[in-house]
Amino acid sequence: MARKLPKKDVVIIGLGWTGSIIANELTDEGLDVIAIERGPWRDAPTEYPPNYVQDELRYRIRHELFLRPEQTTFTFRNKMDQTALPIRSWGAFMPPNGVGGGGVHWNAETWRFLPSDFVVKTHLTQRYGAAFLPEGMTIQDWGVTYDELEPHYDAFEYLCGTSGTAGNLRGQIQEGGNPFEGPRSRPYPNPAQAQPFSYTLFAQAARELGYKPFPQPSGNMSKAYTNPLGIRLGPCTYCGFCEWFGCGNYSKASPQTTILPVLIRKSNFAVRDNSEVTRINTDRSGKRATGVTFVDTSGEEWEQPADLVILSAFTVFNVQLLLLSKIGQPYDPVANSGVIGRNFTHQTISDALGFFDNKKFNFNPFIASGSIGMCIDEFNGDNFDHGPHGFVGGGYMGQVQTNGRPIQTTPVPPGTPKWGAAWKTAVRDNYLSTVKPGTGVHGSFYSYRDIYLDLDPTYRDRFGRPLMRMTVDFHDNEIKQNAFLTDRFAEIIKAMGAREVSKEYRKAPYDITDYQTTHVCGGAIMGADPTTSAINRYLQSWDVPNLFVMGASAFPQNPGYNPTGTVCALAYWSAAAIRNQYLKNPGPLVDA
Amino acid sequence: MRKRATSIALGATAALVPLLVAMQSVVADSPDSQAFGQIQNGRYLAIAADCAACHTVPDSGKPFAGGRAIETPFGNIVAPNITPDRDTGIGAWTDDEFDDAVRRGIRPNGARLYPAMPYTAYTKMSRADVLAIRAYLKTVEPVQNQVVANTLPFPFNIRAAMRVWDALYFTAGEFTPDPQRSAEWNRGAYLVQGPAHCGACHTPKSFLGGDKTSEYLRGANLQGWSAPDITNDARTGLGRWSAGDITAYLKTGHNRMTAATGPMAEMIADSTSQMTDGDLAAIASYLKSLPGREDNPTPVGANDPFMVAGQAIYRDQCSACHALDGKGVPQLFPSLVDSSLVRSSDPATLIRVVLRGARSVATAAETTAPGMPSFGWQLDDAQVAAVLTYIRNAGDAAAARVSANDVSRARSALRGRTD
Repeated sequence: MARKLPKKDVVIIGLGWTGSIIANELTDEGLDVIAIERGPWRDAPTEYPPNYVQDELRYRIRHELFLRPEQTTFTFRNKMDQTALPIRSWGAFMPPNGVGGGGVHWNAETWRFLPSDFVVKTHLTQRYGAAFLPEGMTIQDWGVTYDELEPHYDAFEYLCGTSGTAGNLRGQIQEGGNPFEGPRSRPYPNPAQAQPFSYTLFAQAARELGYKPFPQPSGNMSKAYTNPLGIRLGPCTYCGFCEWFGCGNYSKASPQTTILPVLIRKSNFAVRDNSEVTRINTDRSGKRATGVTFVDTSGEEWEQPADLVILSAFTVFNVQLLLLSKIGQPYDPVANSGVIGRNFTHQTISDALGFFDNKKFNFNPFIASGSIGMCIDEFNGDNFDHGPHGFVGGGYMGQVQTNGRPIQTTPVPPGTPKWGAAWKTAVRDNYLSTVKPGTGVHGSFYSYRDIYLDLDPTYRDRFGRPLMRMTVDFHDNEIKQNAFLTDRFAEIIKAMGAREVSKEYRKAPYDITDYQTTHVCGGAIMGADPTTSAINRYLQSWDVPNLFVMGASAFPQNPGYNPTGTVCALAYWSAAAIRNQYLKNPGPLVDA
Repeated sequence: MRKRATSIALGATAALVPLLVAMQSVVADSPDSQAFGQIQNGRYLAIAADCAACHTVPDSGKPFAGGRAIETPFGNIVAPNITPDRDTGIGAWTDDEFDDAVRRGIRPNGARLYPAMPYTAYTKMSRADVLAIRAYLKTVEPVQNQVVANTLPFPFNIRAAMRVWDALYFTAGEFTPDPQRSAEWNRGAYLVQGPAHCGACHTPKSFLGGDKTSEYLRGANLQGWSAPDITNDARTGLGRWSAGDITAYLKTGHNRMTAATGPMAEMIADSTSQMTDGDLAAIASYLKSLPGREDNPTPVGANDPFMVAGQAIYRDQCSACHALDGKGVPQLFPSLVDSSLVRSSDPATLIRVVLRGARSVATAAETTAPGMPSFGWQLDDAQVAAVLTYIRNAGDAAAARVSANDVSRARSALRGRTD
């Protein structure tokens, strides 16, 4: 029997980026807010200080900052006729854990989606006809537009001190920025980061090929910055330990470096760490959330009543909590009914490695940051005519190499033996003179009827709850898209002067052991129609109006960018709706 | 149900207090202790005097109920309960008894206080200000909390010995303004010498714990920290600080060259950050007027092996935050070039911060509170000594060498400290 705690105005499940943003907004509104976080408290000087965070074995190989699969995991299969098995070591993506969530270990690539991304179904149908979309593709419009989100993108970028070069300022295309981006109301708060040799060489080659390269928008500071909350960040040192690592130098935007110092001083905010929410409670009607139940490290069960519940865990766990709490109709791919678990997506990543003459080229690849790099956007979204190509979607591409860390940066030309003296010689000869962008081609992953999340019929967690089951595979559309983009990318690497280019296409079947990005999306998507979406345009549950669901689980499909900018813009957008509309008249903000 | 019963009982106690206070004899020269202005003035002075630093156990939710152990070189003294509780606090004291305790170090039973209670400084306060504090303390929630104050070992536990100590080191008497100086300077002198009792930490002490008055505010060592020189000394004191640097530091805990940590961080959070801008400017005006020692040590030469090794360690371990030029980031990472603490004649704080790491203070104005990680597990004594010698003598700076022995002794001493 759970012990009941005093009621709060708001309970937040998960204190990552969106939980922190919502907590700060709603405490500003005067509400009494508690956040319940599954993982530990985290802070730079004590958890990932600059004198030991540069430990590739500890953080990259042994996953120190991530959820431990023995705490909970999920099962995976490619096809609906297969039996899913539990994941025992993270591969394709990295579920975060602890205060700050993915904001601790991200690269801080801070993109906005294209205006057409938010209305992609309408846009593609109008331009190419409905028949152009492949069978089984379930993409849909978001129910919110770029213009509506613009002020909230802006708020997040100024919170973070994002470093970048504007490409479209109030409709005026700017030299040096991304000419394809939607209009922004003001420039980035910080100038773009400095770009070492391989990045400027990429930009030069891209320019020569007729593209318009621009610096990747970065949450790594190009200079010292004080954000609108008065919190200070220091300049990035280009140490090359960003993704998978916390930043000990206060130079990567994270909840710790942009929100928490202000939030934790508020008397109307509290956080319980190391406490796992096991369900969202509803009243007998099932139409109103009454709070949450969580378990502490002693196994004690507690009930935290609240008027408003914010679900802001990682994508997969958002969907799991909805299913376990019996909120919303579970998705059934056979009947094509229900919404919870529907339109799950990931990313389509590939790379092209360039091997250069080591007597002429020295790239010093260890000088890097998480979101350094020069990119082009000619092949993203619908920035190009898809008609001749027979696929939809796209992605940005660029020299965005985040590091030259010793364990995993051992690029060797194809044909090199995999071990022994010849391999060692090849590593030595190529380390400084190879371009290894990593996520060089950052492609979209559109949604399909047979890619989804549901509760596993066999495997259970330590509380006896069913694990989430992922059913994910690549469809031909994404494979074609990737082949086209990877070829274009390789042409630029070649034009940089590479002696040899090695293309690493993304291939089917989807491999759960091979890291792509942590951008898993969908499963509790937003939309205008309750029969095809779990939450409305304000991220409010269609079924339980005092429940709001943050995060990338709201994405109806995944466009060709990193998601965090949009995830957080949506959180600000939702917070504004809660503050300006919901609190005045608690109830559905959109009529079903 | 138990909880409700408790709160009713508390309510009853609270209601009784004003009655009990009213029953006390009213001294003719006492101002109205119930007047709003008097209570607010007292609250402000209690903040300036940082009464809570000793008399409140942090995060206990029981302001002024005592019980916090105050570390002295002679042993721990536990701060008493100064809430209006009649049995265990000071509710039964008269105003005169309160004044005697605060300004003369004498308890109602005639016994002497230990100077962990800074009556040696509070004696500079006016009776009016002391009674204002008293008026405020009468309004706080009475807490039943019996404190055994004297936990000193023999022979220091003999309070009578304090008569001798007082004769040696205590000069009673109110602050007298210097008519040659500005009103601002005089206000600053009053605050520094009186309620703010800066000398309690920043003035060196004799072997019996008395102030070395000739060394007033020139830095002292206590509780495992070196409280820096806060005279206008150009090298080790505030000589290169503007008045604005001082007020920013006291108000926010941070300024363009340094950040507060350790006991000063607590002092800023609880006291100076809540003082008025005018009072902070007055303090700055007074401190800037105090002459420093202005000694001129010979710098350790750039080719000294300590300097060569220290520079290499600095580049590897320190420069990511403090920058290659040592200037850090204003308001975020201290400038080692500009920080006078770096050149302090007593390097205890420097050694401690490197060995143990440190957290700077968070204030309403500066919430970031950046932290420095511990290097004690990573650098050995000689390496710590080398890097500190380097930062103390880099560029045109000069300060005495830090030896591996200094670091070794500090490391052993810190091992026993839980703070």
